Amino acid sequence: MNTKIWVGINVLIIALGLVVVSGVVISDDDEHEGERYWHPSRLDVAPVDNAFYREECGACHFAYQPGWLPARSWQRLMGGLEDHFGENAELDAADVRRLTEYLTANAADRSNYKRSRGMVRSLYNDQVPLRISGTRYFKRKHHELPARMVRDNPEVRSFSNCDLCHTRAAQGSYNEHQVKVPGFAGWDD
Amino acid sequence: MKARALALMVALFAVPAMGAASAVDERLAAYRAAGAGPFSAEAGERLWQREVVRAVDGGARSCTTCHGRDLRRAGRHAKTGKPIEPLSPAVNAERLGSVKKIRKWFRRNCKWTWGRECTAQEKGDLLSFIRSR
Repeated sequence: MNTKIWVGINVLIIALGLVVVSGVVISDDDEHEGERYWHPSRLDVAPVDNAFYREECGACHFAYQPGWLPARSWQRLMGGLEDHFGENAELDAADVRRLTEYLTANAADRSNYKRSRGMVRSLYNDQVPLRISGTRYFKRKHHELPARMVRDNPEVRSFSNCDLCHTRAAQGSYNEHQVKVPGFAGWDD
Repeated sequence: MKARALALMVALFAVPAMGAASAVDERLAAYRAAGAGPFSAEAGERLWQREVVRAVDGGARSCTTCHGRDLRRAGRHAKTGKPIEPLSPAVNAERLGSVKKIRKWFRRNCKWTWGRECTAQEKGDLLSFIRSR
């Protein structure tokens, strides 16, 4: 009887150990990056993995990850490039199609990453935000920052310049502990 | 015999050099086919500095707004502040190497700066100016 219980406990411990180990092994697989099962992703949004997008849409501003906006927002943006926030960002129709496909396939409502899900949850279905920094979700995350750190800070000037403060934005990480506001050492005291 | 060998060598070396200028040459040929020309870098420089005032907010724009007057120096995007690599092909080997890119940026930037597409004459003059820096 004691032996059986002892064997049973050992089997249980080994089984649990195998399950945990296999969970770690699975979580290290890039394919499962972002799936909140055994190992939630360390990244906030899926990083940009499309060189054409990075070159075309990162020429004038930070290459915002598609996971920041829902597909319908990207559709609308890409349909109005001749007036892109006051600039002309026109492209050949084939290039527009190619970029739109990438953006919508990786949009917030097609992603399991933490911030993509948060953004989608914060939006009504009929909202089609074009400006990431204008969304309620974004504003909530940044509402404690005074104007002197962003808008009136000549080294930042706008919330649209994510990578000027978020030092790992290009990698898809917006962790607040990695934020350095230019000109404001110790900003988060 | 020696002169012929020399001439052959010069011709061979000239071919890659011609390759580097071909995007601009292709564009200039296209502009000429549209009835424009001759082109001059001096006219291009005047166009480069030509300012257009926007009725909507009174702001003035010219090519120098983002690219500056000295094409060998980096510029800055007027709105985002993002640094723009120098436009001079002598300083930046990537400039003026692609017909597609020349067409794209002329289309966007003429519209943004002057509110209209540039004419073939203007594009030819501007390319001649940029190439000369």
